[in-house]
Amino acid sequence: MFGWEWPPHILGGLGPASYGIVRGVVNTGECDVTFVLPKPQGDEEKGFVHIIGAANTPVVWRDVDWNYVQQRFGYCMDPQEYYDLRNCIYADFSHLYTNDMGCIEFSGRYPKNLLEEINNYSIVAGVIARKESYDIIHAHDWLTYPAGIHAKQVSGKPLVIHVHATQYDRTRGMCDAGDPTFQIELDGMNHADLIMCVSELTRQTVIQKYHQNPDKCIAMHNAVEPMKPEVLNMEAKRGTDEKVITFLGRITAQKGCEYFVEAAARCLQKAPNARVVMAGNGDLMESMIRLVARKGLADRFHFTGFLRGNQVYEMFKVSDVYVMPSVSEPFGISPLEAMQCGVPSIISKQSGCGEILENCIKCDYWDIDAMADAMYALITYPTLHKYLQEAGRNEVNQITWEKVGRRVVDAYKRLLGWG
Amino acid sequence: MKNVCLLFEIHQPFRLKKYRFYDIGADHYYYDDYANEEILKRNAYQSYIPAAKMLLEMINRSHKEFKVALSISGVAMEQFEMYCPEFLDCVRDLVATGCCELCCETFSHCLSSLINADDFRIQVDLHKKIIYETFKYEPKTFVNTGMIYNDEIGAEVAAMGFRGIITEGTKHVLGWRSPNYMYNITAKADVGLLFRNTKLSEDICQNFQNGLDAGTYTSWIADGPETENIYVIAMNFDVIGGIHPASTGIFEFFKALPSFAETKKLRFITPIEAFDNIPSVAPASVGHAISWDGYDKDVSAWMGNDLQHEAIRSVYSIFERLHLSKNQVLKQDYAYLLSADHFKFMSTKQGAYVPFSPYDSSFDAFTNYMNVISDMQIRLNQEFPSSIDTDDLSAQQQLIENQGKEIERLQAKIAKLEAGASAKKKPSAKK
Repeated sequence: MFGWEWPPHILGGLGPASYGIVRGVVNTGECDVTFVLPKPQGDEEKGFVHIIGAANTPVVWRDVDWNYVQQRFGYCMDPQEYYDLRNCIYADFSHLYTNDMGCIEFSGRYPKNLLEEINNYSIVAGVIARKESYDIIHAHDWLTYPAGIHAKQVSGKPLVIHVHATQYDRTRGMCDAGDPTFQIELDGMNHADLIMCVSELTRQTVIQKYHQNPDKCIAMHNAVEPMKPEVLNMEAKRGTDEKVITFLGRITAQKGCEYFVEAAARCLQKAPNARVVMAGNGDLMESMIRLVARKGLADRFHFTGFLRGNQVYEMFKVSDVYVMPSVSEPFGISPLEAMQCGVPSIISKQSGCGEILENCIKCDYWDIDAMADAMYALITYPTLHKYLQEAGRNEVNQITWEKVGRRVVDAYKRLLGWG
Repeated sequence: MKNVCLLFEIHQPFRLKKYRFYDIGADHYYYDDYANEEILKRNAYQSYIPAAKMLLEMINRSHKEFKVALSISGVAMEQFEMYCPEFLDCVRDLVATGCCELCCETFSHCLSSLINADDFRIQVDLHKKIIYETFKYEPKTFVNTGMIYNDEIGAEVAAMGFRGIITEGTKHVLGWRSPNYMYNITAKADVGLLFRNTKLSEDICQNFQNGLDAGTYTSWIADGPETENIYVIAMNFDVIGGIHPASTGIFEFFKALPSFAETKKLRFITPIEAFDNIPSVAPASVGHAISWDGYDKDVSAWMGNDLQHEAIRSVYSIFERLHLSKNQVLKQDYAYLLSADHFKFMSTKQGAYVPFSPYDSSFDAFTNYMNVISDMQIRLNQEFPSSIDTDDLSAQQQLIENQGKEIERLQAKIAKLEAGASAKKKPSAKK
């Protein structure tokens, strides 16, 4: 498998999703997984999976002794593996910038020169593809599609790509065919033997906007890790007994933040005992602050900025309502996390997670009246709140990565014709 | 001789429009007129009117051997009055033949029988009144909303003077007993209790399109055990022409029933004739409420989850104050809001059949309904401030109502005292 993020070093939803899928797949007992990361830090959880770092894979032959390899890469790999990989160098890459180990440097993040890093990643993938033995290649999100294609060309093994998001969604449909990200996605899909989409919504985008054969696209909904007990037992630090309505995510056009502000403003006019929180940051944050100020609601409308780690769960703990009004959301894990914390959620019908959730309120992202009505109902009618809290928690606890892993492995088997 | 009792139910609720929270206190009109008119007319033209005409023709052709019973909810009658009065004329024609019995139910098609005995009586009286005003007819048979029944309801209905009740022949109540006999309620030996034959009824309303013909159907009844003498076959009226459109041959199926019945020695009978002529074999006790709904045959589709309980609690909590009010519009709105359908739309039961729900989800249904109830509470508080205790309020109301009489009484007393005083004066003057 090719991936870009792995816990604990996560920047978005891709890391936990990749982790969950790998754990689920290994859990079936029918698969071993080798996971390629751009730059492992050594503190990754890897008991059940073999992690190879692209930054630790040589593409130029360097004569280094065992002790030196141990000293440089020992924190995340066995030196023998370095030598095995070195034996698989397939072309002369000495024109590239490489370090003393013959390896290309990776940031493992989303740097300015991301496209270059993606290209380097696929060069490295060629080395790894020659060394490892495997039956399936599984590439997570567009960053790793070129690597997946390369591995497929080297080995002839079937390529599965996992569409966690599409450029079409990220740009609200405003991307043209010349967009490099769109190009990479399209290329990946054209080469793939099976396309796993995180929701039916994404599957339809892949079929309609990327013109893929529906037969090779399947929906593979994400799941959610069970809450850690220390998070569940965290005390909610509530200063007031006012009701709190929360938005949590990047404040960007894709997330439908302006619809949230409009709906919340309507709700606040009628419900004086409520407060609204917008957590996260993004390119529209300033204009949202201005919008709230223009509406004269700044005293009950709070912006927290970016929340990290347990701050997210602390935020959920003090919330009464969680809203995800995304204009287009391939999956959207946060309502599931909110429901785990016992916070009833309102999600837009344009969110992929809505396809597997019953016990939440769904409305169109543009229907701010319906959204406001749902917010008002959840803070005004305690029975509804309690019902959704309990039923939602029960429901979301049934959505596990073990089940997803089972489905992924079944799909592999069908692809390989193993029954 | 085997008797067949056909019963059709007709009900349409007043569906609520999208009532947002900012409408609370601002907008006091709750109904989706467009949807209500459209649904009622569609049903009337596809199903109710052609089916009623068919029944009339069947009665005339069979020389009044064919008999049928109808149960029409009060809210449906009001909608027919508004949108489709010609259907009521069809029913008048049917009633005029003397072969069509009208059953009594609750005006709103509500759940009051399980929740509030006072409101239940009011509801039944309202329904009797509208039946009398529309058809000059006094119903004697009671059919509850969704055929809901238990022993307490039986006792209540008997106290209201009905001759008999029809409910669902659920297996978990009847056990080894057959539904095809006359039973009586536990509270009173002379009030009959008929059980719907679930299998024969659902053969028509659910399985008709699998291929069913009148000959086979009547022979199932005719071939039953000798002593089983009453078969109650009940369903929603829109089964004819609505659920099974005319193209399925449902009309022909029904039209063929009387002649097959004649050859197989089956007799059609109305419920009231059954209660009058067929002796009861035993009392039948029903502890927990049963209904004809779904597979469970209980009330869980209406009162199954916390949302439904809360909505029901809220609407019945304003009952007492509402009936102190003289505001007829408020009372009318209240009656429309009691329709059981509103609660059924909130059902979260797996696979619950919620026909024509106007809502996306159970939660929408709940939110919308609760917003309307919030507005009702505001209106009621405008009438009587919530600070006054309900008991005080009723005492004061009574005082005001009786003030005319009280003044008259006091005036009479004054007159008497004055007369007495002047009488006393005279003798003293003599002195």
